[in-house]
Amino acid sequence: MSKKAFITLKLFATLGKFTPDSADNYPVEPGTSVRDLIAWLKIPEEKAKLIFIDGVKGELDSTLNGGERIGIFPPVGGG
Amino acid sequence: MKLDDGIKNRIRALSNRKELPDKTPYTCISVNNIISISGNSGISCREIEIASLEEEIIPERYVRNMKSFSATDQATLLKSRITIVGLGGLGGVVTEILARMGIGILNLVDGDVFEESNLNRQFLCRENLISTLKADAAEKRIKEINSSVTVWIHSEYLNEENAEGIIGDSDAVIDCLDSLTGRFVLERASKKVGRRLVSAAVAGSYGHITTIFPEDPGLKFIYGDPENAPNKGAETSLGALSHCVSLTAALECSEAIKILLKRGSLLRNKLLVVDLNDNSFETMQLI
Repeated sequence: MSKKAFITLKLFATLGKFTPDSADNYPVEPGTSVRDLIAWLKIPEEKAKLIFIDGVKGELDSTLNGGERIGIFPPVGGG
Repeated sequence: MKLDDGIKNRIRALSNRKELPDKTPYTCISVNNIISISGNSGISCREIEIASLEEEIIPERYVRNMKSFSATDQATLLKSRITIVGLGGLGGVVTEILARMGIGILNLVDGDVFEESNLNRQFLCRENLISTLKADAAEKRIKEINSSVTVWIHSEYLNEENAEGIIGDSDAVIDCLDSLTGRFVLERASKKVGRRLVSAAVAGSYGHITTIFPEDPGLKFIYGDPENAPNKGAETSLGALSHCVSLTAALECSEAIKILLKRGSLLRNKLLVVDLNDNSFETMQLI
């Protein structure tokens, strides 16, 4: 499988521990979904509560073509 | 409200001409003189301050606001009512800031008592207040800061039954809760009674904040459907750090004041995300 596209990945709060070394230039296959990406990173899907793609809310089914900035958040409720 | 000329004459007689450090002249009245006029007339300090501002006489306590707020703006804040739900980390700081800003009526809700683990971040919590009510500490603190603020306390938890009655006539509601379930209860009630809600949450060095109008999708765009949302989030493992809580609480106050003064841009359908680990502040679009 060739991975010719690259994304910038930021995993927030408790998801930080899943951050790969190459998060600033992370290779993905063009057309891959956020759901696939999360599975690849071994992030439990229910923890990926909020997804932003280039600063706009995305979904698990959103697809990535390279060049995007991805932010993934767990639920945060402390006060 | 209209006060008689005698009160206004008294305010004028006790006012002073002063200058800001940049030489801008202003006319002001001291805290002690406001308390004195209030004591002699039976009229609340809040009403005396509003009457003073209507005469362009600035209560000295607000002088450092006056380059940002006009006398009319400051009077608007004194006429406003804000409900703060949750008096822990976020709520303690929000209470402190809004009392100093001169929000006229602070309506406070929390049924909880202090624990030692609150001391790292909850400004209202002190060693000698462990096991005492947070709402009582908040009322005492506000009175020490600003005797012109009217304080209403509800030493009970917000729930489906009491929420609408408690937040009823607020000009803005601030979510300082620590559970997702509670946040959804508050949001439902705020929407039902047509109030604007500022909501923030923290975990570790991370915080986020949004402003929700009654017709907005709101929290479900952050946490998903309420039926499937957990009660707690990442804070159960990350805790909450004082500097992050305080910063996030200050951002909530900024939103609330913009709502009251109808100015500036709000985080409506947006989420301001703060991560102090890498100093990132980013405003995300929720729709």
